Order: sequence, then C-alpha cells, then structure tokens
Amino acid sequence: MIATANAHSGQNPRSLPKAGHLLEIKGLKTYFYLFEGVARAVDDVSLHLDRSEVVGVVGESGCGKSVTAQSIMRLVPEPPGRIVGGSIVFDGMDLVKLPADRIRNIRGNRIAMIFQEPMTSLNPVFTIGDQIAEMFRQHMHLGRRESLERAVEMLARVQIPEPAKRARAYPHQLSGGMRQRAMIAMALACSPEILIADEPTTALDVTVQAQILDLMLQLRQDFHTAIIMITHDLGVIAEMAQRVVVMYAGKVVEEALTADLFDRPLHPYTAGLLESMPRLGSRRPGRSRKLKEIKGMVPGLLDLPPGCSFAPRCPRAMDICRRRVPELVPAGNGRRVRCRLFPGQGDTSATTADGG
Amino acid sequence: MQPLLTVDDLKVHFPIKKGLFSRTVGHVYAVDGVSLTLAGGETLGLVGESGCGKTTTGLAILRLLDPTGGRIIYDGNDITGMSRSRLRPLRRQLQIIFQDPYSSLNPRMTVNEIIADPLRVHGLYNGSEGRQWVEYILEKVGLSPEHGRRYPHEFSGGQRQRVGIARALALRPRVIIGDEPVSALDVSIQAQIINLLIDLQTEFDLSYIIIAHDLAVVEHMCDRVAVMYLGKIVESGLYHQVYNNPLHPYTRALLSAIPVPDPGRPRQRTILQGDVPSPIEPPPGCHFHPRCPRARDGCNRRMPELVEHRPGHRVRCWLYRDTNHG
Repeated sequence: MIATANAHSGQNPRSLPKAGHLLEIKGLKTYFYLFEGVARAVDDVSLHLDRSEVVGVVGESGCGKSVTAQSIMRLVPEPPGRIVGGSIVFDGMDLVKLPADRIRNIRGNRIAMIFQEPMTSLNPVFTIGDQIAEMFRQHMHLGRRESLERAVEMLARVQIPEPAKRARAYPHQLSGGMRQRAMIAMALACSPEILIADEPTTALDVTVQAQILDLMLQLRQDFHTAIIMITHDLGVIAEMAQRVVVMYAGKVVEEALTADLFDRPLHPYTAGLLESMPRLGSRRPGRSRKLKEIKGMVPGLLDLPPGCSFAPRCPRAMDICRRRVPELVPAGNGRRVRCRLFPGQGDTSATTADGG
Repeated sequence: MQPLLTVDDLKVHFPIKKGLFSRTVGHVYAVDGVSLTLAGGETLGLVGESGCGKTTTGLAILRLLDPTGGRIIYDGNDITGMSRSRLRPLRRQLQIIFQDPYSSLNPRMTVNEIIADPLRVHGLYNGSEGRQWVEYILEKVGLSPEHGRRYPHEFSGGQRQRVGIARALALRPRVIIGDEPVSALDVSIQAQIINLLIDLQTEFDLSYIIIAHDLAVVEHMCDRVAVMYLGKIVESGLYHQVYNNPLHPYTRALLSAIPVPDPGRPRQRTILQGDVPSPIEPPPGCHFHPRCPRARDGCNRRMPELVEHRPGHRVRCWLYRDTNHG
C-alpha cells in the first residue's frame, strides 16, 4: 500500500535496515569555541544511512543539520569548530579520525555534497565543463580530453540541453536551475555512494524545484546513491525521504519512517511543526484563518535552557523537563523520540520500555 | 463598492543601457499591463516565480518606482504623476513590509528610533505622546517596551519582522504591502507572523497586498489572488476559485509543483520544462506557450486577453476561447 503512496520511492520504505549500515554516525559532537562561549551545534547526534536510501534531516535554522553534514565531509571550519566526540563510520573507516589526505579521496569521490546556492560553490573563473572534468582527473586520474568528454556526458545525464555548448559556459551564464543541475552533475561525476544535499532547492522557484527533486530521485535509481536530504521544508521531506530525523537545538528529537512521522508525530516539536505549517487546500471558508503556532523562539546555542531545549516552548512540558535532558529512546517500529512523555527514560518510574 | 486602490494597466519598463553614451538597447518589461483592485479590509495575494514582476508591481503602487504607463488611484486620488510634496500625506497611508527585515532596519538606530523615525518625517511625533504611541505599537506587535531600547542585531529573525511591522503600523496606514513577509522565517515563526498580520488587520482595519511565492501562505491569508507570469496577470479570482479550480495551465503547474507534506497522498505532478524566460525578450504571443503542456497553434502568435470566465474569476489563456473575444 505504501508503494502507491509515494510514486517516487522505488524501494519499499518499510524494509528494515540490515546490519552494517552504509554510514553510521554515533554520538557525534561538533562544538564551536567562540569568544562568547561554546556553541554545541551538534550535540550527541546518532543516525544511520543504508544503501539507496533517502534519509531526511529536518529542522529550523541553528538546529545543527548543516553542521552534521559538514562534519561527515570534514568541512567544519577549524577553528572555531571542532569535532569533539563520536564517530562517523563509513566502509569500516571512522571519518572523524581519518587523516586529511585520505579524507580527500573520499570527499567528492565516494561522498559528495550539493549546497543551497550553487553560485557560491562553483568557481566563477572556470567553465562548468572544466570544473566537472576536474573530478575525473582528480579522482579517476583520467586524461584531459577524456575527462572533458565525460563531463559533457554528465551534463547530458542531468538533462541540461546542448550539453557540449553548456560545458563551455561559465557559472554566471547559467540560470539558477541550470547551475543546480551542473552542481548535481559534478557531485555525481564519480558515482558516489552517498550524496548529501543541503537545502538543494530552497533558492529555486517551485516549478524548477519540482524538476530538480525529480532528477535527484531518478539519478538515485540509476546510480544507487544514498541521499541525506537536509531541509526545513516538510513537503520536500514527505516527497523524497523514506526515513526522517528531526533535529532541534543540536539534538535529534525524533526519528521515524516518513509515513509514520506525518501520520502520528510523537515529539511535541514535530507535532507543532506539522500543525503550524500552512497547507494547500486546508483553509475552510468561514473558519478562522489563523494557524496553530509554536510559542516563543528557537533558543540560541550559547544560552540553551537547562533540561529539554524545547521545554520553554512546549505545551506539554512538565517540571522535570526543565531540569533534566531526556534521552533518545526507542518508541516502536524503528522510531526513536527524545521526550519524557514516552516511556523508557532511565531515571523515571516508567515501566514499559518499548523496544523497537 | 468603490475600491480603496485601483491599478489600471500599470507598466514598468526598465531601459537597458549600453556603451559609452548609454544608448538604450532594449527594455526589461518587468510589469506589462497589470490591473487590479483592492477593497477596504481586503487581502489580495500576488503570486508568481522570480522575475514575474510581483515585487516591481508592489514598489510601483507605492511610487517607490516610477511607472512607465498606467494609472494608480488611491482613495479617489490619481497618484501616478503626483508630485512628491502632494504625495507625502498619502504615503503615510500606504506602507510596506520587506522580506528581509535585517537589511531594511538601520543598524545604528534603536527600535524606538526606527519606529519613531517615520512619525517624525511626517511631523506626527511630539514628545511624551509619541513615546507612548511607540510603546503601544510595540505591544501590539508582541514586543515589550524594553525591546525598544535595543538595536536590530540583538533580535532574532521573527522579532525583526515584528519591528518591521511595527514601523509600518506606526503611521496608522490603511494599506500595507507585504513583500514576502514570512519567507525568510523559520517554519515555527512563520505561523506566528501570519497570525499577527491577521490580528492586526481586524484591529486596525487594514487592507493587505501580500506578495509571495509560497502559495500555501497566500491561500491562508488572502481573499483574492492574482497569479503573475512575465509581467502579466495570467489568472485572478477569489482564493477558492483559483486554488480549487485553477484554469490557467501555469497556475495548475504551479499548484502541482508544490511538495505536499502528506506522504500518503498519490501525486499527479505536471513538471514544466525549462526555466522562466527572460523578461527582456519575452516569447511572442502568450508568454507561457514555450513551457505550456497544452500549447497549440496560435498560442505563439497573439497574447490572449484577461477575460472573465466565471464571475470574479479571470484567466488569460486561449483555452477559454468561448469567452475570449479579444
């Protein structure tokens, strides 16, 4: 029944993760040491990714979703940032501990990344073709001519019209959608096992966004690339991801299969997000136009409240929430939730720990 | 009922200049014949993709840009060619909120000064009464008097947008144009600002023009909607007409392109090919025909007129030929 639910997902989203994940992040901590104090941008984040899977990471600004991605790629600006704990295991290697030269062989080659604004990540003084060809020269040690030919092939794969001509264009000569395609071509040049997409369509118009999302899912089928989709847009998550990780103030607060999360969000933050979104077709004539809202603001990372970071905004917060940080506990069907409303918190008298 | 604001055949063309003597070599047809009306207390949504001319339309209505052609009539006064001095008292009644509150707030002024500044410009600020008014407005947008003594950089995005709203509101305007007022905000903050705008509308009897690319936001806020493509309105109507029964192939594609936060829903998506063409040399005939899934012979020759298909629901498309005698 799920197969018809999401026309795009090729694999059965219900298939349970097998032992030995493609990528496994455990207890990752990436802190920024600033003059004003320590910003715990990523604070004890664990997540995994399997082959050909699309995992969505969703959250608001400052929740740590982009820093998590930068940590995987070892692109955290140091200083002030530093990975201070945890592991990121990919193909038996811990990326956190890997020396810089070995990371360079993985980055761009086996794990690639695309960003929100392609213009800032493309080099303005080289042609698109040259920049994609460099991937082949660098990682596959191909010759100049062959690299360029492969670059033109890649441009054709991402459905850029007149690829040979566009290969000679500079980034500023292409439209936003074309630049994002060129960036995807570059990212997929070496058939990476993992593609990290950080808000890949946020800067694009909706009709172009639809093209790019469609292209990404199609390429995932062709290249068997697993995708980590980082976004604030729950609509994009619903259409792209089989599994979702919700982050708030540097921590994972909920993880679930996409269908389960939208069907029955467990964490009050997730529930609040889903309710506060204006949705197409949800307005009823004669009813109030007002939306449900989450009170207050996202806390600053330098002055996080004690206890659960969401407690000051949470409609269901209890006394203990403001004192002690809850743990991320299993909640059945592969779900995890970091909230005291659910049993399994070690220090409470809850009895029925629901093992997933 | 007499509309509060009428825009008739508005045109804004920007000359493209080149060379030593700045010869005009062409024009950007940013807004090319837009007509709309806004009644008192009404909210009109202006939607479309980047480059469609929605922001330029908003700026021209406020005379922040000078229109190339057409007329803007506010409350019975033709303000199109009005001199700056005569325009000033009317300007007070037409205000704008910008997308990025940070770049539109002076970083060297406190919030109190930012809100009082337009009052001073209009000669409406006097001593303690002015201070009380600023405090009252701050409270109305959900900020405390203590916030008034701070600088813009001390605020979060949502709070800055509240300051932007307070500044617009301080002059007791009748019309507020919101140019992407919530699109830079986080999801959980977006709902707060939308609700605030809805509350203020009732309390201060405001009319809104909401310019946005997010169709879900516009559906929630607006009574009527106009969809723009390359400088022209292609469809307009009551919100439920446009959303429940979209007529123009572009409106349909736009609505179907939005990712829906409901993984259980089967989707039928029209994916448009290509990008929005440049408004410098828009395609001949109907500007949308090169991307239109239903384009046919003739669409590339003549631009269809915006005609009334059903009462209040207008569309600019040759498919609705029975009503299109233009």
